[in-house]
Amino acid sequence: MAAGNRIGLTLGPLLYLWDQPGWSDFYNRIADEADVDTVVLGELVCSKRDHFHAGASERVAERLTAAGKRVRLGSPALVTIEREAKTVRQLAARSDYELEAGELSAHAAMDGRPHAIGPLVNVYNAPTARVLAARGATSICLPPELPLASLRSIITGAPDIAFEVFAFGKVPLAISARCAHARNKGLVKDNCQFVCGEDPDGLPVDTLDGQHFLALNGVQTMSSTCQSLITDVPALADAGVRSLRLSPQVCDMVGVIGLFRSVAEGRMEPKEAYLRLREVYPTAEFSNGFLHAVPGHRFVDGGGSRIPVIGM
Amino acid sequence: MNLPRVVRLLARPMPVAAIQLVAQASLDGVVARHPQLFDRLSEYENRRFAIIATDLGLCFIIVPHSRRLSVQRDTSAPKADVRIAGSLLTLLSLAEGRLDGDAEFFARGLNIEGDMEAALALRNAMEDCRLDLPTDLASMAGPLRRPVEWGLSRIRSHLLSRGGARWN
Amino acid sequence: MELICPAGTPASFRDAVEAGADAVYCGFRDETNARNFPGLNFNAQELAEAAARARSNGVSTLVAINTYMRAGAEELWYRAVDNAAVAGADAIIVADLGLLAYAAERHPALRRHLSVQAAAANAEHINFLVDAFGIKRVVLPRVLTVAEVGAICRKARCETEVFVFGGLCVMEEGRCSLSSYATGKSPNMDGVCSPASHVRYRQDGSDMVSELGDFTINRFPKDEPTGYPTLCKGRFVAGGTAGYVFEDPASLDVLTHLEALARFGVSALKIEGRQRGRAYIAQVVREIRNRLDGLAAGEQQEDEATLLKLSEGQRTTQGSYDKRWR
Repeated sequence: MAAGNRIGLTLGPLLYLWDQPGWSDFYNRIADEADVDTVVLGELVCSKRDHFHAGASERVAERLTAAGKRVRLGSPALVTIEREAKTVRQLAARSDYELEAGELSAHAAMDGRPHAIGPLVNVYNAPTARVLAARGATSICLPPELPLASLRSIITGAPDIAFEVFAFGKVPLAISARCAHARNKGLVKDNCQFVCGEDPDGLPVDTLDGQHFLALNGVQTMSSTCQSLITDVPALADAGVRSLRLSPQVCDMVGVIGLFRSVAEGRMEPKEAYLRLREVYPTAEFSNGFLHAVPGHRFVDGGGSRIPVIGM
Repeated sequence: MNLPRVVRLLARPMPVAAIQLVAQASLDGVVARHPQLFDRLSEYENRRFAIIATDLGLCFIIVPHSRRLSVQRDTSAPKADVRIAGSLLTLLSLAEGRLDGDAEFFARGLNIEGDMEAALALRNAMEDCRLDLPTDLASMAGPLRRPVEWGLSRIRSHLLSRGGARWN
Repeated sequence: MELICPAGTPASFRDAVEAGADAVYCGFRDETNARNFPGLNFNAQELAEAAARARSNGVSTLVAINTYMRAGAEELWYRAVDNAAVAGADAIIVADLGLLAYAAERHPALRRHLSVQAAAANAEHINFLVDAFGIKRVVLPRVLTVAEVGAICRKARCETEVFVFGGLCVMEEGRCSLSSYATGKSPNMDGVCSPASHVRYRQDGSDMVSELGDFTINRFPKDEPTGYPTLCKGRFVAGGTAGYVFEDPASLDVLTHLEALARFGVSALKIEGRQRGRAYIAQVVREIRNRLDGLAAGEQQEDEATLLKLSEGQRTTQGSYDKRWR
């Protein structure tokens, strides 16, 4: 690993709808026990869920800050109605916590003041990163589908920006106006009864031949596999990546954070950490194909061979 | 969508060699009038395309790069890279861009197997050439060009009118 | 309202002009556009010829350069913009911020339209790009209801263009990695979705099975209309039930809303389908042209699904334009 290039860790926003006690316990434990630098809070996926944790969020943000974590507030990924536009305006007006833009109206609302760009904003090249940086973006979490060659080119071409990559978690692959999750349970979005809350790790979508394929999270479609770049951390550090994003799943996230930290600091071999990660999240099938420019669902080990990880 | 029964009855006893002769001459005529036909195929020019007229029980194998065409009665075409099967009328209408390939495929009037990219490239190449088969084929008929073109157009109009609203 | 029609080849371009298009959109034969399909699209000379002929017929040419620039290979996209300008395009349709910046700086006189791939779903997002890069028109993503389209028309400081017929993206455009997850090829980077190179149809007993990459996308019993194995229109199993989890194979058809769209001040109506054949283009353009002419003449609009046969699965949907679809 390149000397002096310490990779930070960011806990990404919780993308699923968890119940209130589970949500609070999770963040309290992160505040007290997790060795993470930055925590992104906020409901990005569906504004109908906003009320669930709005009250507790302020308390949690304070507790995280008190525990030495930097807190960012994520803005919604899809903004189509006035209520969502208002959320964006409110987040942009705050001076206590940094905003992470989920789409470009949030970037625009910052009007040149410093902020972060989330992974659902399309930054595919350095000229785009520079456009955002010229208007206040100081850090950018790049889209999960980018291969390593692109990461290298972008980082080289925009050296003043702190780049982050999506290193752990089911990958947010798409977002829709339609709620496939509610429809699957015989409901529609307008009267969804928040059934997405029944699947805190996503509702699995398999093919007709029984292959694990995707997972539903409300209006968002996730990968069935859990992206893990833990074996790629040395390559990411070498490319100049400044932070790794770890996205909450139903597993011991404090343990996940610990493993990534150990690898990032050179205290554990990536292969060893990968084996332990499988113990921490035993139900997951891991993938890192996007980084290696092969289909995203695949897992490419350090030697470069392709291991399909389709469950049957 | 099918050929009149009489045409099918006439075609059945024809020797494959004779059909091949006519088909190759037709291909030569079309290529002569549309030299740019295969430009759009680029890397797919060397693929083996099996065009299967299901109602005639005939398979036309074409490798665009060689400009050669062969005819066989074995419609399984095991060595082809791509197999495109439909009634003769459907295939000819597709060639002329009168039918929308996607629509025909969705309705299962057309069956495609094998290299889908090559099939797409062929479709797009044919589309762009604006083939007009009576004119293209009649051009080979020398002094008989005009009457042949007239005759073929009549046959086409007759067949198309049987197809109904689907036709363009 | 202008009628914006697709063309995948010079021949279909000509057909679209003849059938009554006000503008035709097309792309170059490479990954700079979102319909990078084999045998499709234009080289620089074909584009120049088509644009010249279109102009003499009073028809505009819009060039889609609407994928995201591959990092390190930006030149290819810059040259595409240069070539479109040289060929006499009336506008370019762009999604990438870096490319918008390039076009605004190098070709300030060339109209810039914001592609649907930019996923600009609210007026603040749109107006930001009007201010930053002088975009003249936005193509709205298919995540909005008819009422939301109206709200954007009131607030956006540029023209709006709306999809009214053709293939339907179920996911917000430009923000979908389903295809690269399954095949390694993505709409944003490669200009393809569920690419033909990864499609396989196989017969399983009397069923036809469609596959994309390593995954089964659908299974059709004999005689059921089929669909292309577009990922989001496949049949899957979720929560113990098998079915179309995201959307049935169906095409978008919102021709019943033409009157409302006109009332909102929508500038242009767009037909999807650069990859479709000439028969599709001629028929769809003519049909919608007739409807528009009828609307302009104050005729009562009929509620007929005349274009059903050209639709995926021979079904149509109003997509997000209808609130209940969600």
